[in-house]
Amino acid sequence: MHTPPESESPEFGTSGSASAESASRPAGASAPAGRERVSTPGGGGGRGPRLFRTAAGRKSCTAGEPAGRRPPLVLVIPACAAAVLALLPLGYLAVRALERGPGYAWEIVADERTLQLLGRSLGLTAAVVAACLVLGVSLAWLTVRTALPGARAWSVLATLPLAVPSYVAAFAWLSAEPGLAGFGGAALALTLVSFPYVQLPVAAALRGIDPAQEEAARSLGYGPLRTFLRVTLPQLRPAAAGGALLVALYVLSDFGAVSLMRYDTFTRAIHTSYRASFDRTPAAALSVVLVVMTVALVAAEARTRGRAGHTRTGTGTARPAVPLPLGRWRPLALLWCGAVAAVAVAFPLGTLGYWLAAGTSATWDLGGLADTAWATLGVAAAGAALTTALALPVGVIAARHRGRGARLLEQASYAGHALPGITVALSLVFFAVRYAYPLYQQLPLLVGAYAVLFLPVAVAATRAAVLQAPPALEDVARSLGRRPWQVLREVTVPLAAPGVAAGAALTFVVCMKELPATLLLRPTGMDTLATRLWTETGAGSFAAAAPYAAALILLAAVPSYLLGRHRT
Amino acid sequence: MNELHELHVEGLTKSYGAGEPVLRGLGLTVPAGALAAVLGPSGCGKTTLLRIVAGFLRADAGTVRVGDRVLTGPGTHLPPERRSVGIVPQEGALFPHLSVARNVAFGLTGVDRAERRRRTEDMLDLVGLAGYGDRMPHELSGGQQQRVALARALAPRPRLVLLDEPFNALDSALRAGVRADVRAALRATGATAVLVTHDQQEALSTADVVAVVRDGRVVQCATPQDLYRHPADPWVAGFVGDAVLLPAAVHADGTARTALGSVPLAAPSDGPRTGTVLLRPEQLRLTGPGTTGAVRGTVTDVRFYGHDAMVTVSVDGHGDPVGIRVAGPLSVRPGEETGIRVVGEGSLHP
Repeated sequence: MHTPPESESPEFGTSGSASAESASRPAGASAPAGRERVSTPGGGGGRGPRLFRTAAGRKSCTAGEPAGRRPPLVLVIPACAAAVLALLPLGYLAVRALERGPGYAWEIVADERTLQLLGRSLGLTAAVVAACLVLGVSLAWLTVRTALPGARAWSVLATLPLAVPSYVAAFAWLSAEPGLAGFGGAALALTLVSFPYVQLPVAAALRGIDPAQEEAARSLGYGPLRTFLRVTLPQLRPAAAGGALLVALYVLSDFGAVSLMRYDTFTRAIHTSYRASFDRTPAAALSVVLVVMTVALVAAEARTRGRAGHTRTGTGTARPAVPLPLGRWRPLALLWCGAVAAVAVAFPLGTLGYWLAAGTSATWDLGGLADTAWATLGVAAAGAALTTALALPVGVIAARHRGRGARLLEQASYAGHALPGITVALSLVFFAVRYAYPLYQQLPLLVGAYAVLFLPVAVAATRAAVLQAPPALEDVARSLGRRPWQVLREVTVPLAAPGVAAGAALTFVVCMKELPATLLLRPTGMDTLATRLWTETGAGSFAAAAPYAAALILLAAVPSYLLGRHRT
Repeated sequence: MNELHELHVEGLTKSYGAGEPVLRGLGLTVPAGALAAVLGPSGCGKTTLLRIVAGFLRADAGTVRVGDRVLTGPGTHLPPERRSVGIVPQEGALFPHLSVARNVAFGLTGVDRAERRRRTEDMLDLVGLAGYGDRMPHELSGGQQQRVALARALAPRPRLVLLDEPFNALDSALRAGVRADVRAALRATGATAVLVTHDQQEALSTADVVAVVRDGRVVQCATPQDLYRHPADPWVAGFVGDAVLLPAAVHADGTARTALGSVPLAAPSDGPRTGTVLLRPEQLRLTGPGTTGAVRGTVTDVRFYGHDAMVTVSVDGHGDPVGIRVAGPLSVRPGEETGIRVVGEGSLHP
């Protein structure tokens, strides 16, 4: 199967960290799904065939044993530290919001302005989701099921927008037409970077549907359109719903596009309120509302994914469907695909090229660019290193041990998945100001925020990598005289190393593109490519912004390319 | 040659969570140097037994002793790495990141390099893979991998070797050969070994002793011949081979009257006067339909296996058709009349 997360993850990019993580988790790895996993030993719904084999090979005897082999302390202690770090922002956010009493917090939440923000956030989300459904489903169907010329090339092209951070898209559109700022511009930019979240799962589901069903419908007198509407579309619903929820998460937690487009949603309002006022309670209270909304979406997304997994299992196609001839619709279909590719891929690249060419060496600060690029690589590397180190024990425990403790640890590490970057940053600021002032506006705090935000990415990668290694190998190593920590060092880690490294590379890329937490937490005077791009674009100096956008895309492309090679 | 150790398991119980117990007071003794098969249907608890003996699972109660060392007992649970119990898992489970030689040497810690190299070469030689040390596991066939797994388990001279359905993943043509090699290698080192399997042919042909496990208990532990000839009950009889079960009444002369005529009993019964007589299909012979002393029946099915054939005959006065194993040329077809004669003794079960 070709899920977006596994194969396309290198290209995520974004300020909307939560959506990036959710998409990069393998289908079986979601925190809520952990519950089902434990209750059906050997069932392995939605997981790869390899895992299924190991689970079955061990017999159900070993599966559900609660008091089984406890994870060794070498794993438990660092894993607990990771879990505490992951939960810290969430906990502290609540404390901070209620600090001046629940009444005051409620006043802010129930304020007319908050309701207005809620309306704007939900309105933008609804518009983007609807547009993404239209784009995603139509492109998936055209590329998978019809005799569209160059179908493969179109489907690859349609995934490229995932590599464009939302603030780069916003930069491209704003620099071409500053009048776009506002709802329209934000919706446009967000739609064009997030529709692949719908297109990829729907295309996978389309490939999974047995064409014999559609043939049966045709033989029963249904025309092509009625067949699509009555037979095909209902089966695509779980995949489309899952994709739509990912898009919704992306939009709700996005900061880059809405802030550049000057459209007030929760994330932008939190940022403004934090910057503008000494009273930090409103920012905290708004953050709590935003977190509640995203948590609800994550839960909903996990539920649909569970169901989608079931409809997908066992529907392997015996033979590919015969592509539907497009006939006189062919030019129109081509025009549609071409238009989407033009606005979603060619336009941002073209605009970038234009501004690069328009800039002169006078407006280019090459030294500054190099410094910024260097600083970006440095913080991203530190973020990836810390995140991977924290993820390793959690991932091993999640892959190898069952029981309540192991499940809690894994779920705690997924907290970052539900948290928009801006809220994580804010809670770390509050925490540092109160309890660890020397860390305030220092590098460790920023690196810690990356770890909280992207721990799910690295944990999912580690867990999947460890699952690739049959547990029987660890049993054998024990029987040959190795203590648990020696088994970890000599067997588990070497076997999981390639997958863990891939997870680290992916974490590196998402750290490099992170915007809202970096804006709030970076040490004074330090810029990353993302923050610099954001500042210059916000000030309307597009020619000055362009080199940073180009550098960001180029630097992010290297690990993405390596990841792609690793995966294939 | 290793020092020989007996495996002694007593009163082993184990349940998972609040579910039905998987082991219910299982007891088993494997003589020093013997190869024992633990045979049972899936879900009978044999894998659980193996994992408790290896130390991967904790028993709820009971003891596991190898020689005079208690591995598992009240208040004792040695971790796997301190048990000196080697395992050969299903599908070999070789470390994919290590060469064959380094796989075999994995358990040889605390010995100097020269000794390590020598022992590794000896072990590879023992399993017939001398010169394969530099290969990686994925470059070997399934049977070769399984033999390396055995060499790896034997290298540190364990007191006991456990084999967990090691031949399952091999195709049947390969299986007999690998089985014989494994048996020969175990013999050569003299290690006490336990082979867990659900394949009765494998158990009977490979092991010195077979323990049949059902519902978490050993129902019979005997040599393969004894087990086949004198199964403890009809279920064991049917599990270890094809069985012909006939309701019978015992006469004063010690023979049993059955639908196939009167059958001499192996052990004269002074207990029950009625019961079930067990015969093996090869104890029945086809005769001409009119032969005196033979029972008449009709052939319903003939299955030809090459080395022999199974002829199914429905006998007048007996509900289920009986199976008759015929070696040599076949002369009957379905629908034909035939006679059946019993050769040898049957065993009576209440």
